Amino acid sequence: MKKNNSFLNRLFMVLVFVFLYAPIFLLIIFSFNAGNSNMVWKGFSLAWYAKLFRNRLIMQSVYTTLLVSLLATVIATFAGTFAAIGFYAMRRKVREPLMTVNNIPMMNADIVTGVSMCLLFVAFFNGWGSFAAWFNSLGLFRLPTRLTMGFGTLLIAHITFNIPYVILSVGPKLRQMDKNLVDAAMDLGCTWMQAFWKVILPEIKPGIVSGALTAFTMSIDDFVISYFTAGSSASTLAMTIYGMTKKKVTPEINAISTLLFVTVLILLAIVNIREARQERKRAAELRRS
Amino acid sequence: MSKELIRLRDVCMAFDDELVLDHLNLYFNDKEFLTLLGPSGCGKTTTLRIIGGFVTPTSGDVLFDGVRINDVPPYQRQINTVFQKYALFPHLNVYENIAFGLRMQRRPDPNDPTGKRKVKIPEEEIDQRVMEMLEVISLKGFEHRKPDALSGGQQQRVAIARALVNKPKVLLLDEPLAALDLKLRKDMQIELKRIQQQVGITFIYVTHDQEEALTMSDTIVVMDKGTIQQIGTPEDIYNEPKNAFVADFIGESNIIDGVMLQDNLVQMYGKKFPCLDGGFAENEPVDVVIRPEDIDIVPVEQGQLTGVVTSVTFKGMQYDIIVDFKGFKWLIQTTDHCPEGSRIGIKIDPDGIHVMKKSQYSGMFGDYSSFSEEYDELDDASLELDEEESGDEE
Repeated sequence: MKKNNSFLNRLFMVLVFVFLYAPIFLLIIFSFNAGNSNMVWKGFSLAWYAKLFRNRLIMQSVYTTLLVSLLATVIATFAGTFAAIGFYAMRRKVREPLMTVNNIPMMNADIVTGVSMCLLFVAFFNGWGSFAAWFNSLGLFRLPTRLTMGFGTLLIAHITFNIPYVILSVGPKLRQMDKNLVDAAMDLGCTWMQAFWKVILPEIKPGIVSGALTAFTMSIDDFVISYFTAGSSASTLAMTIYGMTKKKVTPEINAISTLLFVTVLILLAIVNIREARQERKRAAELRRS
Repeated sequence: MSKELIRLRDVCMAFDDELVLDHLNLYFNDKEFLTLLGPSGCGKTTTLRIIGGFVTPTSGDVLFDGVRINDVPPYQRQINTVFQKYALFPHLNVYENIAFGLRMQRRPDPNDPTGKRKVKIPEEEIDQRVMEMLEVISLKGFEHRKPDALSGGQQQRVAIARALVNKPKVLLLDEPLAALDLKLRKDMQIELKRIQQQVGITFIYVTHDQEEALTMSDTIVVMDKGTIQQIGTPEDIYNEPKNAFVADFIGESNIIDGVMLQDNLVQMYGKKFPCLDGGFAENEPVDVVIRPEDIDIVPVEQGQLTGVVTSVTFKGMQYDIIVDFKGFKWLIQTTDHCPEGSRIGIKIDPDGIHVMKKSQYSGMFGDYSSFSEEYDELDDASLELDEEESGDEE
């Protein structure tokens, strides 16, 4: 009876993993197919990968994705770190409601974030048209009268949804820090800014790096928000893949999806390993004291 | 010796309308070991942080050598601090922790005749001073350890060295021994006193531990609810407490309602006791303090008072017994064993009686009906360290 039970348990687990990972494995396997079918195996080949790197559209969107992710990560990490310090300095009564507000964008459905940002940009550009017309009539210098969504709006959107992740990963590091450290640094001759560089930053660096990695991962694999905020002039990799599926599905999509999957997987693995290592270190410290 | 160095003039401090310090007036002499003593929330840590420059008082002046320093930031004060739980920089080793303050310092360039150019302290001098400090705290050979590889006592000494290496005029210590175990705490008390005498600067020490205060201080300032209750030498504070709060906080005391009949004669329980106090109005109601160790147990017929023993606790050096005198319970420390339930007489010498004026604290302390709880509280004292000013913590 008991044995039977454990067999069912195992079967259930296997099924869960099959459902979760079989599609991805299938995708990866057929990215190496010599033929152009997703069902019939014609032998191993790297042809689709080779083709991928010659595809100007795809390479352009890889470039856009990397650029927007890197820029968004750098800016969001900077802003998020200082925001976290601001939160840390607040009294609890003020901080907790604000932290909840900070967490909403992460819980919120991407599509809602995407559509609302799209609406915001459109509304702003409408207003901008009449403002620019008025400003140009002053004759100081000319402003463009028509703004459209593109790389700029895409970048703003990415920064926006990245900041909460940075705050969330830096905040705990600040709270774990001995609250007298800053006072101690100032006591020994540091101004606040020097104390930040010499004492706070080394203490929260692991949180900042984790936050940046998370933000970068989020940016790389975002589709929905990008789709609504990139306009027609910029396209991220995820958007390009989506565009390609509308035509005939070739294993080229498999190949590019595989690369994206592996990239994100590696990033997530790094984030998780780092966190586990820090957790262990902290536990060891607690045990010692 | 007693040159005034720091003065707090009419200092008030309020957090969110809550008055933490109430018109504090206090001065600190050069080279003295002064302790701010009081329960959690009495304002002692706030006072220290005001002197250190980490908070600015709501009103009043802070004077250093006669100059107002209210608005001088901590990094420009000739004052260094040893923080609660040490606050060593975890990412720096012992050497770099101690050298931190020296590396931040800039002083006039000796080669610049205008004296305007500032230069760093040369590396050789830093090295020499750090090594000297390591010697003082007997931690030579530990310079490359990270703080988390040190014991509590060692971290403590590094924190002291890190502050002293800057040659401050004043060292502030915020409950520095609270995290150590009892044995180490006793050793460090002596060590601290030795270091203070060796470097010859002012130590301002904050603690809630009365024994620590009595052991180390030249002067003790007893605080409660943001006001000073009494200032004096340890002997003064213990032998001549000013009110029931001080009497109860420093050591154990039985505090009994009495009437001062005339100089050198006080009445308790309707009986007259000769004492050594005077200067009260005739028949003035007073608080009478009798220390548990100043009471002699005598046969019932010879006793000035008689009572029934309600509990006996063996303490090693002595027995702590609780004796019921007409409903008011006294603590008596004695080497004689008196069984529970027995009736005893007591005798108090005139110098064992201390008479105090009535105060807002009258009637709040000094009865040992809830004796065991009180002892628990004493044991807990070290746990409640962080209560002060940490209302904003997780």
